[in-house]
Amino acid sequence: MKKELPPVNEGPRADALDKVTGKATYAAEHRVPNLAYGVFVCSTIAKGTIQSIDESVALKSEGVIDIISHKNCPSIPGYATQLPDGTRNPKQWWGMKVLHDNQVRFYGQPIALIVAETIEQANAASLLLKVSYQKETFETDFNLIRKDLSKAKPPSTYTRGNATNLEQAAVKVEGEFNIPIEVHSPMEPQATIAVWESEDKLTVYDKTQGPKATQGALARLFNIPDKNVRVIVNYVGGAFGNALRNWHNVPAACIAAKKINRPVKVVLTRPQMFNLTGYRPQSWQQLKIGADQSGKFVGIVHHAISNTSRYEEFREGIVNASRFLYACDYVETNYRILPLDVSTPTWMRGPGEATGCFALESSIDELSYTLNMDPVELRIKNFAEKNPESKLPWSSNYLKECYDKGRELINWNNRAQKPGSLQENGWLVGYGMANGVFGAGRSQASVRAILNADGNLVLQSAVSDMGPGTTTAMTKIAAENLVMPLNKISFKLGDSELPPGPTQGGSTTTSTLGTAVYLACETLKKSLCTLAVEYAPAFKNMEASTLLVQNGGVSSTLNKELFISNADLLKLANKPFLEITQDSQGTSAMELKHATNSFSSHFVKVLVNPKTFKVKIAEVVTTADAGKIISENTARSQMLGGVVGGVGMALLEELKFDHQTGAITNASFAGYQVPLHPDIPKTTVWFVNKPDPIINPIGAKGLGEIAFIGLAAAIANAVYNATGKRVKDLPITPEKIRAIKN
Amino acid sequence: MQKNCYNNGRRDFIRKASFTAALYAIPSALVHAVPIDLITPGPAPKERIKLLINGKEIAAEVDIRITLLDFLREQLGYTGTKKGCGMGHCGACIIHINGKRMNSCQTLAIHNKSNSIVTIEGVAKGEDLHPMQEAFIKCDAMQCGYCTPGQIMSGIACIRDGRAGSREEIQRYMAGNICRCGAYQNIVDAISQVKASGKPV
Repeated sequence: MKKELPPVNEGPRADALDKVTGKATYAAEHRVPNLAYGVFVCSTIAKGTIQSIDESVALKSEGVIDIISHKNCPSIPGYATQLPDGTRNPKQWWGMKVLHDNQVRFYGQPIALIVAETIEQANAASLLLKVSYQKETFETDFNLIRKDLSKAKPPSTYTRGNATNLEQAAVKVEGEFNIPIEVHSPMEPQATIAVWESEDKLTVYDKTQGPKATQGALARLFNIPDKNVRVIVNYVGGAFGNALRNWHNVPAACIAAKKINRPVKVVLTRPQMFNLTGYRPQSWQQLKIGADQSGKFVGIVHHAISNTSRYEEFREGIVNASRFLYACDYVETNYRILPLDVSTPTWMRGPGEATGCFALESSIDELSYTLNMDPVELRIKNFAEKNPESKLPWSSNYLKECYDKGRELINWNNRAQKPGSLQENGWLVGYGMANGVFGAGRSQASVRAILNADGNLVLQSAVSDMGPGTTTAMTKIAAENLVMPLNKISFKLGDSELPPGPTQGGSTTTSTLGTAVYLACETLKKSLCTLAVEYAPAFKNMEASTLLVQNGGVSSTLNKELFISNADLLKLANKPFLEITQDSQGTSAMELKHATNSFSSHFVKVLVNPKTFKVKIAEVVTTADAGKIISENTARSQMLGGVVGGVGMALLEELKFDHQTGAITNASFAGYQVPLHPDIPKTTVWFVNKPDPIINPIGAKGLGEIAFIGLAAAIANAVYNATGKRVKDLPITPEKIRAIKN
Repeated sequence: MQKNCYNNGRRDFIRKASFTAALYAIPSALVHAVPIDLITPGPAPKERIKLLINGKEIAAEVDIRITLLDFLREQLGYTGTKKGCGMGHCGACIIHINGKRMNSCQTLAIHNKSNSIVTIEGVAKGEDLHPMQEAFIKCDAMQCGYCTPGQIMSGIACIRDGRAGSREEIQRYMAGNICRCGAYQNIVDAISQVKASGKPV
């Protein structure tokens, strides 16, 4: 009998009611009086110069208020490369300066913003703009260009140990892996409403993973104090990394609103979402791994190239996991980025590691067949007792427990070591597994706790929640700490005027913000105990350290009879509320003297049609060591989401270009395939759920990335087990399986 | 002399309005292939429409080009219905029109005169949530929540249309509702539970 987490074992997601009733308000949905709409007109060449823009007809179109392009864009302080004194402007806008110059850097680049009274009018006018270009030759074909390494940026390299280990290895496998561009494609398109309250005071409703980061970016752009910029983001409709930085819609809306002296809303269209909000870069990887006869790894060489744009350098940790996930004396990595005439990539769920672990975990699987060894046993054999790169001990690493549970829940015993030897109802059956790993970081955060006279607690921090359930997790941490019912606690986020919180990304929110919430509760408890001694007669002359805060009041550890409710205590102290603001400092692995990582192990059963090579995922078991699980309900959902993302990466997702024009050819949900309801198998989630003793006082590591990292390899490995055909180019399509001769 | 494209009588304006409206559904790359001279700027006609939204009679003057989705969201402020793609691909904007589920981005407001529209704001009875809303909460059938209204409207239609007989049947019926966070399993759980409960939807 399989055991799995019940779907819900606690209160519902804190914001569930708003989400099922349509009351949750996303960036584009704020009602702002006198609003105008901005629509981008985008370039129809990949590279060159705008020679002319004729807006004379478009300007006459009904409802058009203004057409903003490089020709008439106001002077923006953050667009200047130099200060008046000739020195470099330290407050420059990060990224492409939209509407600033006549250069076209990629196909589909915004070159003008039509501002009109309604969307319909703006859209109609956008068709009337006449643009002429001076075209230049361009490069968008990654697979072609990467063969000339002189076009890549200098590599970053890493070596430890002796290369002869690998040369003399008893068994070796080597392979090349290709992953196309994948695009976050969250359901909510990027949207900004900009409202200038006065000449130098700006309110922005924006889809962002970091309200404080967006506030800072806009303050620098317009050279105004941070406090003059207010960023509001009540809800984020998914992002997966694409709202970690501010794309063209943000400055464009603010510039337009300032220029026409009216609020302006700019929402990207779905096709624009495929081009203007970053993506996981295309990559080529070469991985060589060798072992001795017993299966012990003796060498790993991992080389990778990924694309960036011509105007920005984007790097990620593609080769990093190869250095530390397994014990291995000799490791060499080499990573280059290759500029192309395309828009800039950005972090997408499991950035770097998801790409690297596809190559690493596929190669280890291949090695296991060469050794005729169970792939889980091979990984156990090479378990790293400490981090082999930093030589630091793990703060916690329960991968082996993940292996045991994963094998049990997927019925690993049913797997056949010989590929292609199992069938069910005429379909080939395969089992595969792979691991994921990601750094578990913790940065600075600040939380305000307000205990009201009615005994309700309000926590506040300027963060946003793109869907993992930050609000839920934070209220739960406070409820546990204060031994207080969940329904008496609320968490307010999504406003840059709240105490500064972290940008939500890199699986760090729970660790970072949760620690601040924990510390705020600790401080609150101390204040309440002090108040009790001072104002409550029953507690007079008692030591505050002998008092306890729980169940909505203060009690004594010495006299169980004594209790005063927080509400009564505040009344005695004549305080309408008790407010504290608590900072929590971040820490680094070096400070902790431990390597802090989250781990996951994914187990997959696939069915492959022996004639058509259609792949059906029959079942997934996904296990994780993410430290203590704060909210099992939302954590489980996050793991389920990681599996869905992994299915997309493995089987479906690929952004395609026409290299004759540099245009994207499948920029819609009809062309760019994402997983749909029927693609998703029964999935079982299991957590080690043991607190990490080092990383923070709450014991939680991170979950968002490891839920996804490794899944594509687990699926590819299962397809190999079913067919004996190893596809190393994602996505795995029937055509690619068929093309492999075994 | 510039000719106003909307002043040649009703038939002509419907033909041209449909052409103009159709342009919104065309990917921008193709739009650039349309010779600019075909379209001349002129005021787009407005029409008065009357329809029922969540049981309430709404009368409004609308731009003939406005989709039902943008009419709901931008003109009326019913923002519970979400815009995910505007191309009929993602299902975030699914509502019920005369009891049938429909992508509201794929119909113009003016084509819905006298229609009865139900949006996510209208499925609960006052404070009492619809069983599908309750099941979505219970099963945590959401993460970011942006596709959720469309999933709920589609899920209700799934049971009403008699297409919730098995998990596979539900998955097929719901294939037009994309959830990028990946709450699919919990969504199917929620629909299955409502179906099994036998509660009226």
